[in-house]
Amino acid sequence: MNHTAIIPSRKSLESVAVPAMAFLVSMALFGGFCVLWGAPFWSVFGSIYRAGFGSWYSWQNSLLRAAPLMLCGLCTALPARAGIITVGNEGAFVMGGLAAAAAGLSTQSAPAWISLLAMAAAGGFAGGVWIAVAAGLQHYRGVNAVISSLLLNYIAIALMLQLVEGPMRDPASLNFPATHPILESHQLGHLFNSRVHMGLVFGVVASLLAWFLLERTVWGMKVKVVGGNPRTARLVGLPLGAVILTASFIGGACAGLAGMVEVAAVHGRASHAIAAGYGYVGILVAFLSRQSPLRILIVSLVLGAVIASGGSLQRDLDLPDATIAVFEGITFLLILASETLYGRFEFFRVTNDAP
Amino acid sequence: MHPNSIGILMIAAALLGAVIRGSIPYMFVSLGECLTEKSGRINLGMEGILLMSAMTAFAISQRSGSPWLGALAAAIVGGLLGLLHAGLTELPGVNDIAAGIAMVVFGSGLAFFFGKQFVAPMAPQLPVLEFGAWTSNPALRAALRISPLFFLGIVTAFALHYAFQYTRWGLHIRAVGDAPEAARSMGISTRQYRVIATTIGATLAGIGGSHLTLYFPGIWSEGISGGQGLMAVALVIFARWSPLRCLAVSLFFGGAQALGPLFQSLGFTGFYQLFNASPYVLTLVLMIASCSQSRKLAGMPGALGGKG
Amino acid sequence: MTKSHLLSRRKFITSLTAAGTAIALLKPSLVKAAEPPLVMGFLYGGPKNDLGYNQAHAEGKQSVMALPFVRAVEEANVLETVSVEESMRNMIHQDGARAIFATSYGYLDPFVLRIARENPNTQFFHCGGFYREGIDPPNIGIYFGFIDEVEYLAGLTAGLMSRTGRLGFVAAKPIPQVLRNINSFMLGARSVNPSASMKVIFTGDWVLPVREAEAASSLADQGVDVLTGHTGSPRVIVQVAERRGIWATGYQFNQSVVAPHRFLTGAEWSWGVVYKRYAQMIHDGKSVTNGTIPRRMAGTLKDQFCRLSPFGSAVTPDVRNKVAHAQQQLLSSSQAIYQGPLRDNTGKVVVPAGKTISIEDPVLDRMNWLLEGIEGNVRGL
Repeated sequence: MNHTAIIPSRKSLESVAVPAMAFLVSMALFGGFCVLWGAPFWSVFGSIYRAGFGSWYSWQNSLLRAAPLMLCGLCTALPARAGIITVGNEGAFVMGGLAAAAAGLSTQSAPAWISLLAMAAAGGFAGGVWIAVAAGLQHYRGVNAVISSLLLNYIAIALMLQLVEGPMRDPASLNFPATHPILESHQLGHLFNSRVHMGLVFGVVASLLAWFLLERTVWGMKVKVVGGNPRTARLVGLPLGAVILTASFIGGACAGLAGMVEVAAVHGRASHAIAAGYGYVGILVAFLSRQSPLRILIVSLVLGAVIASGGSLQRDLDLPDATIAVFEGITFLLILASETLYGRFEFFRVTNDAP
Repeated sequence: MHPNSIGILMIAAALLGAVIRGSIPYMFVSLGECLTEKSGRINLGMEGILLMSAMTAFAISQRSGSPWLGALAAAIVGGLLGLLHAGLTELPGVNDIAAGIAMVVFGSGLAFFFGKQFVAPMAPQLPVLEFGAWTSNPALRAALRISPLFFLGIVTAFALHYAFQYTRWGLHIRAVGDAPEAARSMGISTRQYRVIATTIGATLAGIGGSHLTLYFPGIWSEGISGGQGLMAVALVIFARWSPLRCLAVSLFFGGAQALGPLFQSLGFTGFYQLFNASPYVLTLVLMIASCSQSRKLAGMPGALGGKG
Repeated sequence: MTKSHLLSRRKFITSLTAAGTAIALLKPSLVKAAEPPLVMGFLYGGPKNDLGYNQAHAEGKQSVMALPFVRAVEEANVLETVSVEESMRNMIHQDGARAIFATSYGYLDPFVLRIARENPNTQFFHCGGFYREGIDPPNIGIYFGFIDEVEYLAGLTAGLMSRTGRLGFVAAKPIPQVLRNINSFMLGARSVNPSASMKVIFTGDWVLPVREAEAASSLADQGVDVLTGHTGSPRVIVQVAERRGIWATGYQFNQSVVAPHRFLTGAEWSWGVVYKRYAQMIHDGKSVTNGTIPRRMAGTLKDQFCRLSPFGSAVTPDVRNKVAHAQQQLLSSSQAIYQGPLRDNTGKVVVPAGKTISIEDPVLDRMNWLLEGIEGNVRGL
């Protein structure tokens, strides 16, 4: 390692420029891919832009899709900052949705705000426990959290299906097993007069709060020490387990909250349909954001717009529905590869006296 | 025979058949992952590799009419994706866990994209070897209709075991995975060995993918892998990085995924959703049981998970 | 079939050699024709080439496009969440769709209900489900087919061809729609072989190919000699039958291609008929909102909403005649499927002696039993 002092402003410029470059290259590659398929290069991006950001109408579409991605992105990002990689977002999401539905149904007689609070608390708690279990298994037992949390996804979905088709089933849900519906008055509303639901507020607030916790509190400092250098953390006597478990619990609670929003604002009940894969996209969001809560806001919005454009690509350009998945894959690979570029450009650093 | 009286022989035959046909993808993916991890790298992208190679096998078999060509293409595509993973993780600053997740997204995205365009309802299937001509029991006869890939998997396991124990190449891989610094000081290129191990590992996984579309279940569908690529990575951990134990655990996993349907057909019809999830629960329980924080896992390559 | 096969093969090679222009020539769909007046939007819950439920709808969409006054747009793999709302909105606002066909069951409540309220001038048609008079918006129609009639005929074919009288059924979930098909299949088989028995295995979801294949193999191991199923596409089940040398009947779509020797017949949808009928009515200025299009279009075999797949080569002329005879009886309504006395597999009488339930009777939509002789559990608990 040579001794380089990095000027903060240029450093933060680097952290924007490098992924932006990677993103541009991945767009070019993706465009080329679509050209091979007979779709004109610029129409592909025209289509994505129009469907994602072309008008307030399409902005709403993008924002709607970005909301759960923010929360699900935090689910991977927060434990990752404490050094535990989990991919159990989908499971935490589903457990959160299920718990929220149960809470909503048992507080039917309470005022709406109490019921909503109970749903959010139940959803957050269930999701939090789900991820904390995976993290705890790694910390205390050495079980790889990537794999255990992945298995927990399958288990969560099976558990949800069993409950929704069994004990929690609304007998009137004949061909579509689901819980009883939550009272309409107890559901989450929309922002102003738009189609965007309150989930967006949850996502933005949670991301800002996560940033504050990480960057401006003692706890956040502990998390970063534990994640960055566990040996030092142990030497200075930090309670590793407690830090890891709290970070994972908060992360999981975010995904659980996303599940609650899905139940309380979108479906109005829990059914197999709440496992719509937001959790899996959340993993992508977290890695593309390099586990930073503020970047999660931006990445979720961009990815939300890309997902929103999936339908237009099908209808306008006759591209298959998996086109967006290819785009996600290419982008992920390139952003990841770009990690190696940090510190490689002269422009972004000012060298002190060379040793 | 009364419909309710199910013979022990039938259950045994049914399980045997399930073990043989179900274990093949686990075998190839876990052996491939074992090789990769022995060199000190984790490839979590096996699920994406499995999907992409399964789709490729089906498409090439269908276009060319030759299932063997399909299997070969699957191996090549698997290898190429492995090379991509290896290349990514060799870049300084790139975490191999993240690279693996990226490979899942990339591999499955490509597979779904091309799978829409090229895939017809049917593709010529790999031939099977008949070992059951001697029995009149149809269940047993079906169980003994064995894909040649099953034997290829067993041979691969023993070959890897032999290579790790007795060949220079195998010893070098282990050295690279256990003590990269020492290996480098001996003049062994860690990069070269890791790239080769990851590529060959993914090639093996590719062969496993071809089994899904060219033998059992023998179709292409986006849900074809159902997480098998990821479970196989978990499997390597409690096989403690031994190819022969990978083989044994794969057989067990192959049988486990037939348990849900088998339980139902034996009359245990309650909680069918939970029974169907039994392979995942079983994997988790086994992992918890076989891991421990206090001591390093026996057989675990020293550089695993770090950036040696 | 062969032609499109060659075409896509060429596409494959050219794309590999990166000849983008050649591809553009092969994709005439990119060049849009002059806008015909009626735009219909179709949404599917899964991929269009599943050889099952979604492909049956996509084929229906394909055939409605033959009408000169129709333009159809479609989206596949649209999830039952905000995705479907947004896709419907885009079809209405960007493509000018005047009729939306939502084909996945979970689209209706709350998504179609919500978008229908928002767009009172667009007509929405949902495949299956129940309309609540006075609660749901008036611009929604429901369409579905009584395909259990066809399952009865498929079961009858199975009963005639089976040597052991033991049938196997792989199903996704124990819900009324699935139970109707299982019981009708059984009644068809029983009508020609009173001692027929059946085993049912539930896989838990609509698309789980490996588990479906395991379930089918497990049934085959236990000696059933006809396999069928009700999943998103039972193609895997049919394929297992072919490999195990036992008979198979299909469902949702014609799956004969995966079992050239062992395919008997199957119950498949013919949505083209339905979509053309709707297109014509809308073109004629009718609307479900003012009642000129019926709220519920639920068709029987007679209405051609569904059909029997062409017989496989193994089905003997004698069997074909018997099935044709039974079909005639159903068509002339001289035969009903559900005739008492019928008991369920716990011994309870579900249809009393002397009582006949018409196929269109809503009581069947609440079915929560399996007939005696069927091994399986409807409660999933």
